[in-house]
Amino acid sequence: MTLKHSKVLSARFDKENSQALAGYREDGGYETFLSVIKQKQPDEVIDIVKRSGLHGRGGAGFSTGTKWSFVPKQTDKPIYLCVNGDESEPGTFKDRQVLEFDPHQLLEGVGITCFAVRAKVCYVYLRVEFAKGIRAVQHAIDEAYAAGLFGQDIDGSGFSLDVHLHTGAGAYICGEETSLLNSIEGARPYPRNKPPFPAVEGLWGCPTVINNVETIANVPHILKHGAEWHAGLGHPEDPGSRLWCVSGHVAKPGWFELETGYPLQELIDGPCGGIRGGKQLKAIIPGGSSSKVLLPDEVRKVTMDTPGIRALGSSLGSAGIIVLDEDTDMVDACLNLMKFYAHESCGQCTPCREGTPWIVKILQRFMDGEGKASDLDLLLDLAENIEGRTVCALADGAMWPLTSIVIKFRHEFEAKIAANQPVGVA
Amino acid sequence: MFPDEVVQRCETIRGHYPTPKAAMVPVLQVVQGHKGWLDPESQVWVADFLGVTPMEVHEVVTFYPMLYATPMGKHVIHVCRTLSCDFCGAKELWAHLTGKLGVQRNGTTADGRFTLRAAECLASCGTAPAMLLDGERHEDLDLAKVDELLGAVS
Ligand SMILES: Cc1cc2nc3c(=O)[nH]c(=O)nc-3n(C[C@H](O)[C@H](O)[C@H](O)COP(=O)(O)O)c2cc1C
Ligand code: SF4
Ligand code: FES
Repeated sequence: MTLKHSKVLSARFDKENSQALAGYREDGGYETFLSVIKQKQPDEVIDIVKRSGLHGRGGAGFSTGTKWSFVPKQTDKPIYLCVNGDESEPGTFKDRQVLEFDPHQLLEGVGITCFAVRAKVCYVYLRVEFAKGIRAVQHAIDEAYAAGLFGQDIDGSGFSLDVHLHTGAGAYICGEETSLLNSIEGARPYPRNKPPFPAVEGLWGCPTVINNVETIANVPHILKHGAEWHAGLGHPEDPGSRLWCVSGHVAKPGWFELETGYPLQELIDGPCGGIRGGKQLKAIIPGGSSSKVLLPDEVRKVTMDTPGIRALGSSLGSAGIIVLDEDTDMVDACLNLMKFYAHESCGQCTPCREGTPWIVKILQRFMDGEGKASDLDLLLDLAENIEGRTVCALADGAMWPLTSIVIKFRHEFEAKIAANQPVGVA
Repeated sequence: MFPDEVVQRCETIRGHYPTPKAAMVPVLQVVQGHKGWLDPESQVWVADFLGVTPMEVHEVVTFYPMLYATPMGKHVIHVCRTLSCDFCGAKELWAHLTGKLGVQRNGTTADGRFTLRAAECLASCGTAPAMLLDGERHEDLDLAKVDELLGAVS
């Protein structure tokens, strides 16, 4: 398969004033929204998105149309849409581009999505660190209201919609969808047990759809060009065009819009300009930090799509690709990530609250020259007792990089142990 | 207790939700923007304003790193210390800043001008290292650039 550059989501990013409503409408923006709310039935829209093959871009990769179809058709409760713009997964910086460079694309997606799931109110949840994105989205919301695109009886269609921006306050956990709900409700944002799923009982106990920014930004394009068009992009089992983020030790880090299904090695060697300083590759964490690390020979054969990456036991997650070169101390890298998860654990479940700092302590021992061979087994043991035993997936997401680094780079831990032996002792 | 303009902004936000409590974080942010931090008196004001107990407000304030339950310096620096930044210059940046400001993590300079904090991934990994200065993002940093940024606000 050849590398396919695509420009769907990023098509307007380079335009001057790409954030402004006037330019967005000159490019045909909101025409799809207005025709959908006047000419389609909500269920038709859900069906199109289902058939398009769009899967969520927030991390879990669930079918978007299927999620929408879980919202009860008969309910006397209000229905809500929450857009997840918490974007805090290490290695991920894609949603931010949409927010800053084409916020109306997102808002048109919000309009269509709300129509499809029969929501009358949407909260766009943005992390407060996105000062620029917050300004751009708030301005775009104001413009949309002023132009009669949001509000009551939009363009005489009978469809009404209110859209509000809501800000987070620096907690990674709030990107987890049920934590996000508690965050919006103004409670301490502990994740909730599922079921009930948010589509049935979400915000204030009402049916709620939660989707990632990039997911929603795809929706206007799918409604404009059709389900078949989208289903034909990239890998047939996981179609679409994604904003891939590459960071770490490459010559040209950044985001790249590409169809799914291309070879990872080609992305690194081509658009990313190879490994920085002519070094060799040591490892890649492919789907945001909460995914299993890949070795160079795995990188050489993998294509970036869900089936391809699952075959190697890892996951595409949020498409944040972290590249580490030959000089990287993998124990140190592992410690850095485990400090992240220990810091971001909300503290609700014992295994995650107690386990993640314990893991940090053990890894620190290796860095301090006090690691023991038994610590390696202890790390894997701890991971086994944490994974799958917590309320939310933060803890699982922490164990994936940990166990894969311990297993695939065991020799680096062992080298540290060997180096610690007092001179003369074998 | 607060100027009309601040109260009005809080009222607008409160109107966005079916329950006032949901306005908690955004209202706390408005108050923090005005006061610099969330002192106990302000927390009680927010509790009254939203019709919740001061404990409910305190529970939220103490959860979020970007809500300040203690006073901050005039300018707050957040340096990203997560993997992509830390392995692409943030370690050096941190050492430079602790030396230059003479403070450790969460420390405030003696003259009260700067508080130095560590942040987790700021979604600037492709433009590492990154930091926030008074909430605004700065990327692709080097030591000279940081000195210039701090010089411009001090
Ligand atoms: C710890 C944790 C953090 C998460 N952070 C985010 C995030 O920042 N943004 C996001 O869209 N999804 C995040 N998710 C995934 C959400 O729970 C949810 O699956 C997603 O928002 C659904 O949207 P999608 O179907 O469009 O991907 C996170 C999940 C976990 C467990
Ligand atoms: S797994 Fe960790 S972050 Fe998730 S609910 Fe439990 S303690 Fe909180
Ligand atoms: S790791 Fe620093 S911005 Fe992501």
